[in-house]
Amino acid sequence: MPTMQAAAPVTAEPQADPADRAERAALIRERARRILLPIAGGLSLLFVWWALVALLHVKPFIAPSPEVVAHTLYDRFGMLMANLLPTAIEAVGGFIIGNFGAVLLATLFVHRRTVELAFFPVAVLINSIPVVAKAPILLLLLGNGLAPKVAIAAIICFFPTLVNMVRGLQAVSPQAMELMHVLSASKREVFFKLRLQSSLPFLFSALKIAASTATVGAIVGEWIGSQVGIGALIVQATYNFDSALLYATVLCGSAFSVLFFLVIRLIERLVVRWDAGVAA
Amino acid sequence: MLGPVAPAGDCPALECEDVGVRFRAERRTVTALERITLRVPAGSLLTVLGPSGCGKSTLLRVIADIVPPHTGSMRVLGGTPEAARRARQIGFVFQDAALLPWRSALDNVRLPLEVGGRRPLPPGSKGPEELLALVGLAGWERALPHELSGGMRQRVAIARALLGGPRILLMDEPFGALDEITRDRLNEELLRIWQETGTTIVFVTHSIYEAAFLGREVLVLAARPGRVRALVPIDLPEPRRLPVRETAEFMRQAAHLRAVLETC
Ligand SMILES: Nc1ncnc2c1ncn2[C@@H]1O[C@H](COP(=O)(O)OP(=O)(O)OP(=O)(O)O)[C@@H](O)[C@H]1O
Ligand SMILES: [Mg+2]
Repeated sequence: MPTMQAAAPVTAEPQADPADRAERAALIRERARRILLPIAGGLSLLFVWWALVALLHVKPFIAPSPEVVAHTLYDRFGMLMANLLPTAIEAVGGFIIGNFGAVLLATLFVHRRTVELAFFPVAVLINSIPVVAKAPILLLLLGNGLAPKVAIAAIICFFPTLVNMVRGLQAVSPQAMELMHVLSASKREVFFKLRLQSSLPFLFSALKIAASTATVGAIVGEWIGSQVGIGALIVQATYNFDSALLYATVLCGSAFSVLFFLVIRLIERLVVRWDAGVAA
Repeated sequence: MLGPVAPAGDCPALECEDVGVRFRAERRTVTALERITLRVPAGSLLTVLGPSGCGKSTLLRVIADIVPPHTGSMRVLGGTPEAARRARQIGFVFQDAALLPWRSALDNVRLPLEVGGRRPLPPGSKGPEELLALVGLAGWERALPHELSGGMRQRVAIARALLGGPRILLMDEPFGALDEITRDRLNEELLRIWQETGTTIVFVTHSIYEAAFLGREVLVLAARPGRVRALVPIDLPEPRRLPVRETAEFMRQAAHLRAVLETC
């Protein structure tokens, strides 16, 4: 018979007493501040932009005023979206392929130290080549079309995820490993019951970075020899001194990148529930 | 070949014969344990006390077949440590609970059923829910580790170690990171669990009072190299309750332990 019992968990809502209500009000105020202040900050910068362009009589082909950009966004929305679509496909495709490859290779590295020693430095080296330098090489290799852009996006995502995933798979506490040993767990069980889960916070912090870098990779891939896509549009608008279109295009690209990031973060919050830092 | 695990009750739980363990670390060799000879009868509760680095954890690791001895022989339940480990006769409680943070309390206790070859619970042994109740955590089955206090996490770890009814429970400073009140309560509960399950317990601690209160015998180790300094029997009226620590008799035995420890 258990003689002592830890306090049972609180299941009923506590009675709302004044102190409690005050605390909740403070919490709501804080949350509102966190949403409203950034909006106010953004609006004030927009105003500064508008005022500078108007007061200094900046020529429209050098920098457009915000309302011209808004107009362009509205008027040419269909065209912008038609160009965002291929970029989005390339970014998401590259993201999936690059990260999938990175996770697979990380798994291999953790299980075969020889392979890690042989190929990890090479991976570091390849990754240190700047994207702008890598892009022409890949374009030559893969030809024109969707494939090279997907490849660039994939390669850009690949390395940070590889490094983080290797670290994540190895970041198992020694005591947890000893526990698995005492339980006579097989290597396979250690991987699926222990390593994979403890690597997830590491994986997601890499994926969140990869969401924006994959977009960058797709756009840079479109800079050279491409007719459609956000990258191609950026190049065209720049050559035509169409600053309003340039700004509108960049806005579309960034909006996509932010959205991509937020989706990954949402998935992270649903999957990694145990990490106090993430769950909070 | 793994030696057979003898049936309960007819051989000592542990027989250490001249056990020595060395570690090689950056050109130096550390002798963690030297010529440890020890016999722990089945069903006893031995506490292990000694200065930091004297090999207390290493001793538990040798018993649990995590570290092989360099010299001497270790017999666990009459067989090799490996046989005892594979037969799931050893439960291990680590200092920091070592719970898997993505698993609920109940799923953590269940872990031993899912790894190391699926094995059914031995007939008559307690299930995961019952064990959580045994350690006072009924109603907390679905809580994640980060929602539990340090003491509660340690209770989950004890429940997990007890799953399958191991005949030996190894505890490495399980309450070292807890506040004194929680520690006292868990000490008393551990004695209750010990009496209820009849498991042999080897309990490592830094606290003289914990060692004296829990141990029927206290193994005092000396450091560098780790060796047996003394095996001090503790004589206290049974069943032991916390107030016994206020008695003159307890004080006298604790003072004796301290004196032995100071010679290490
Ligand atoms: N894996 C290892 N590699 C190298 N040296 C080790 C290893 N494990 C333990 N040692 C050494 O062996 C000695 C005994 O270590 P052990 O952890 O058993 O001590 P302990 O009595 O548990 O100490 P504490 O009270 O601080 O936990 C120490 O000097 C330690 O540095
Ligand atoms: Mg230790």
